[in-house]
Amino acid sequence: MDLSVQIGSLTLRNPVIAASGCFGYGVEYADLIDLSSLGAVAVKGLFLTEREGHPPPRIVETPAGMVNAIGLQGIGVRRFVDEKLPELAMRGATVIVNVCGTTLDEYVEVSRILSDAEGVAALELNISCPNIKEGGIQFGCSLTGTYDVVSAVRRVTRLPVIPKLTPNVTDVASFAAAAEEAGADAVSLVNTFLAMVIDIETRRPKISNVVGGLSGPAIRPIAVRMVYECRERVKIPVIGMGGIADARDALEFMIAGASAVQVGTANFVDPLIWSKLIEGMAAYLQRHAIPRIADLVGTLDTRQQIAEGSGV
Amino acid sequence: MPSDVDAEVMANTPLTTDYNVLALSASSIARSVAPGQFVMLKTGGNYDPLLRRPFSIFEVLRDRSGQETGFSILNKRIGASTRLLYEARRGQHVACLGPLGRPFTPVDPPSEAWMVAGGVGLAPFAELARALRARGVSTTLFYGARSASELFHLDLFGSLGVTLVVTTEDGTAGERGRIVTPLERAFAERPAGDPVMTYACGPEGMLAATAKTARRFARPCEVSVERIMGCGLGGCYSCVVLMRGSRGGFHHVRSCLAGPVLPADQILWDE
Repeated sequence: MDLSVQIGSLTLRNPVIAASGCFGYGVEYADLIDLSSLGAVAVKGLFLTEREGHPPPRIVETPAGMVNAIGLQGIGVRRFVDEKLPELAMRGATVIVNVCGTTLDEYVEVSRILSDAEGVAALELNISCPNIKEGGIQFGCSLTGTYDVVSAVRRVTRLPVIPKLTPNVTDVASFAAAAEEAGADAVSLVNTFLAMVIDIETRRPKISNVVGGLSGPAIRPIAVRMVYECRERVKIPVIGMGGIADARDALEFMIAGASAVQVGTANFVDPLIWSKLIEGMAAYLQRHAIPRIADLVGTLDTRQQIAEGSGV
Repeated sequence: MPSDVDAEVMANTPLTTDYNVLALSASSIARSVAPGQFVMLKTGGNYDPLLRRPFSIFEVLRDRSGQETGFSILNKRIGASTRLLYEARRGQHVACLGPLGRPFTPVDPPSEAWMVAGGVGLAPFAELARALRARGVSTTLFYGARSASELFHLDLFGSLGVTLVVTTEDGTAGERGRIVTPLERAFAERPAGDPVMTYACGPEGMLAATAKTARRFARPCEVSVERIMGCGLGGCYSCVVLMRGSRGGFHHVRSCLAGPVLPADQILWDE
């Protein structure tokens, strides 16, 4: 049973990646789970400098989901390289770093620092965070912005470049195409859906930033559809995410066209979910006599089904 | 190291129409928990509510031979998750991740210990009182509630040799008003040379008032804060508290990792 998958030049031992923003810097989980057993760990988004993020409350639960506006609190790329990366390397983690920026130059500079550091496997470009005022989603909601960020980072790194796309656009596949044209090695999607929750008694928003991003099982069918659309449009690998809570959900994304998957919100509910996901996917391959999980990717069968007894 | 236990409900004891004590079978957590630490709980495998909820450990439960068998929580029904925990039946299962977080720092004699509790903030003090008793520390519980019917387990604390000071907002038991009033009096009457450590857990306003009072009398104080928490492990960054940084200024600190017990004088309180 071969669970390995290829993302550009990067080989992952399995397709299961801890999603950025939902797994701290990875080291928080190092005593609880074997980080080297994951396909990769996508660490929390990093700017050039430290950021405090938004005041609490930062999350609110919704039916089968949650809305968050953390505001990309973070220690900055230099402290990450000094304080977190060595332990991640020591633990055998495959590290994908989520790169943030308020300007094009900041994306480039953060990417440059990470490319010079020891132990970074790939760069995920955060052009889709809905919760910060400048940068981020401003690039991700414009085709030229997406193209510009990806091509600028492409020029300064040999690491695989993976822009993370926002679903808050009309045609996400056109953004995948812009990223591909700019030299991206893969795209990851979806980031969260812009959302809000109101306390009707106080008539106040339930999170301090007023609006935030919806994640969790509630968004899964929309995310699957968007992964499918991107797979149809681009040749580069698609990394799928959005509400995956068990192995079946992960397999659904892969059949839709995801070469790998990320899991975020479900890790909050069950921090020991990883081995269950990986074992569940392996059991599925066994049951369907598929030797390599890469062979499952994009195998959706859309032929018209002929209704039984229709006489056709 | 925390473990995730699929714990069976051993007993569910209602205290009022909103409060209950839920006993859960989870020996690995019970064996390793320190006073002030917490667990993340979830009933059922459903998606609504989706996330776990943090709870202080109320009591470590033991069998007749003294072996730890599980723990109890003090629950107040305020939303969907707490309603499910209020209605949980014996034999039902609850996912318990823990123990998590930084515990209280118990003092040694000659220091005295003053525990300040408001409402369900009573929860971590039963085990802290036991730890302090084992160290021979003279302990007082300042316990405030809305009404006499919401003052729980006074007998338990009495049996642990804890001196009780009680207030209720409606005056149905003890002094009428807020618990910080008798606390202030006690601080004022205390000779400056007699060491006292204050531990507080309860509503944010009570914590802020306790922290302010302790600072005014130059007394050390630890508070157990409660924030909306997504994961309990440092992954989500939702439970942050503004705290004084080592390099000046204030920074958002994750209360699940640095707390829930935090030094009161390092927190930036809303005035």
